[in-house]
Amino acid sequence: MLDFLQMILSGIAVGSSYALMGMAMVLIYKTSEVPNFAQGEMGLLCAYFTYMLLDGFGVALEIAIPLTLAVAFALGAVLEFAVLRRAKNPSVLSMIVITIGMEMVLLGLVSWKFGADQKTLPFPISPYDSVALGDIYISSLELLTLGIALMLMIGLFIFLRTTRLGMAMKATQQNFNAAKLMGIRTHRIMMLTWGISAVVGCIAALLIAPTIMHPYMMWDPLLKGFAAAVMGGMTSLPGAIAAAYLLGIIENLFGGYVSIEFKAVVAFAIIVLILCVKPSGLFARHYVKKV
Amino acid sequence: MSALLEIRNVETYYDLIYALRGVSLTIETGRITTILGNNGAGKSTILKTVMGLIDDQPDKGEIHFAGQRIDGRDTEWIMRRGISFVPEGREVFEELSVRENLLLGAYTRRDRRAIQADMEWIFGLFPVLKERTHQWAGTLSGGEQQMLAIGRALMSRPKMLLLDEPSLGLSPLLVKEIFAIIETINAKGVTILLVEQNARMALSVAHEGLILENGRFVLQGSSATLQADKNVQEFYLGMHSEAAVKGYQRWKRKRAWR
Repeated sequence: MLDFLQMILSGIAVGSSYALMGMAMVLIYKTSEVPNFAQGEMGLLCAYFTYMLLDGFGVALEIAIPLTLAVAFALGAVLEFAVLRRAKNPSVLSMIVITIGMEMVLLGLVSWKFGADQKTLPFPISPYDSVALGDIYISSLELLTLGIALMLMIGLFIFLRTTRLGMAMKATQQNFNAAKLMGIRTHRIMMLTWGISAVVGCIAALLIAPTIMHPYMMWDPLLKGFAAAVMGGMTSLPGAIAAAYLLGIIENLFGGYVSIEFKAVVAFAIIVLILCVKPSGLFARHYVKKV
Repeated sequence: MSALLEIRNVETYYDLIYALRGVSLTIETGRITTILGNNGAGKSTILKTVMGLIDDQPDKGEIHFAGQRIDGRDTEWIMRRGISFVPEGREVFEELSVRENLLLGAYTRRDRRAIQADMEWIFGLFPVLKERTHQWAGTLSGGEQQMLAIGRALMSRPKMLLLDEPSLGLSPLLVKEIFAIIETINAKGVTILLVEQNARMALSVAHEGLILENGRFVLQGSSATLQADKNVQEFYLGMHSEAAVKGYQRWKRKRAWR
């Protein structure tokens, strides 16, 4: 029983980083209608940027983190403005190719500048500290991830629900032309969405970096986050979050009870299964978007 | 009276399709003008061109609104000059509530109290919407969505309202209601440009009308003149000038717009 609880808890902790990546992808998918495969590398670049500030320039963490988040926002906005918007009447396929291209450029940039070997991000919380909750343990970094993920979700929810800008974002997502007809400056909303999404992705990367840090560190979280987003129906933020936690938990239980070797693959087996039963995802909205 | 909207020799292409072949139109403040025409004549294209919804169009010509040149600008910029557009097929925000839809209509305004008052005015025009305030717009019926689309367009307090086939898919009774409301809105001082298939209804509320065929205006005049025109009666109002002796008509009237 204790093992079981422990695995669930670790699953939830792992699910948090998937949830962050999933949220970031859903945000972009809803406005630009493209799965952003560069999401992971956008976060990667930001994590290495922090590393550079901390390790190379000796900047204090309290300054480095806000600075990185600002850079992440700018990076997202600039990529939307400079790369995606330039595509005239793109098909979904060409948009996907564009994001994969961006991903490769960013990955190449990081590998070239910092090298492919493992780095350690000087982070005040070591991934080896842990906190005891009764008889079960959770690493303090995982606890931090969980807390930050929850805070971000609630913050985003409130932002989308109550603010004028949030409403404009939702309107742009639902009907681009009608949003323009309301006088909403849709291009700015797109840049804003990419910026916010990049910040969310960057936070995910920063929380992963203390444990593993090399140019390919974002691959697994990206794929799992994408898997969660697909499972959640690709357009639903709560759906992606729920699916991410579900994925984390199932993955851990599978690793504990069935086979540790196939732990990483089980997520994709689950997607296949779920998409066979519910092709539009677990939480797809009733009003399917027009073509 | 002065010209509020002026379209001069506008030509619009959809890629290789030559949709508007030199269209000119002047609309004066406070009037209801209607554009009639068959499917594919280019009626909606005129409205979309005015709103800047077609990329890189118009190809030629100029559009002026309230003394400012507006062609080649972004839709959101044009809208902020004071034109509201009710697109064909409603285009409401389906996953937002009726209230949120109306609030988005007032997105460009900051005066909260006046917005609230205007919302009450809209609810007065369309009492159904009040009952559905917190319902998702996507769950409304077609007629209710049309009302919401009109209400949303009015929330920005436009100088001019462009309506693209407001009667589409509505029951005859509802059509009458909508047209009565269009007249009410006009009485409030909003200039209206109405694109319609339902020629009879449109001419009954409009002051002026224009007939569009194959991307050109072929006839223009006051509603009364148009209603009296033989060609319009035959092709748009479905009236026959001569009674058929055998109960059916063997000949076809030729279109000759002179």
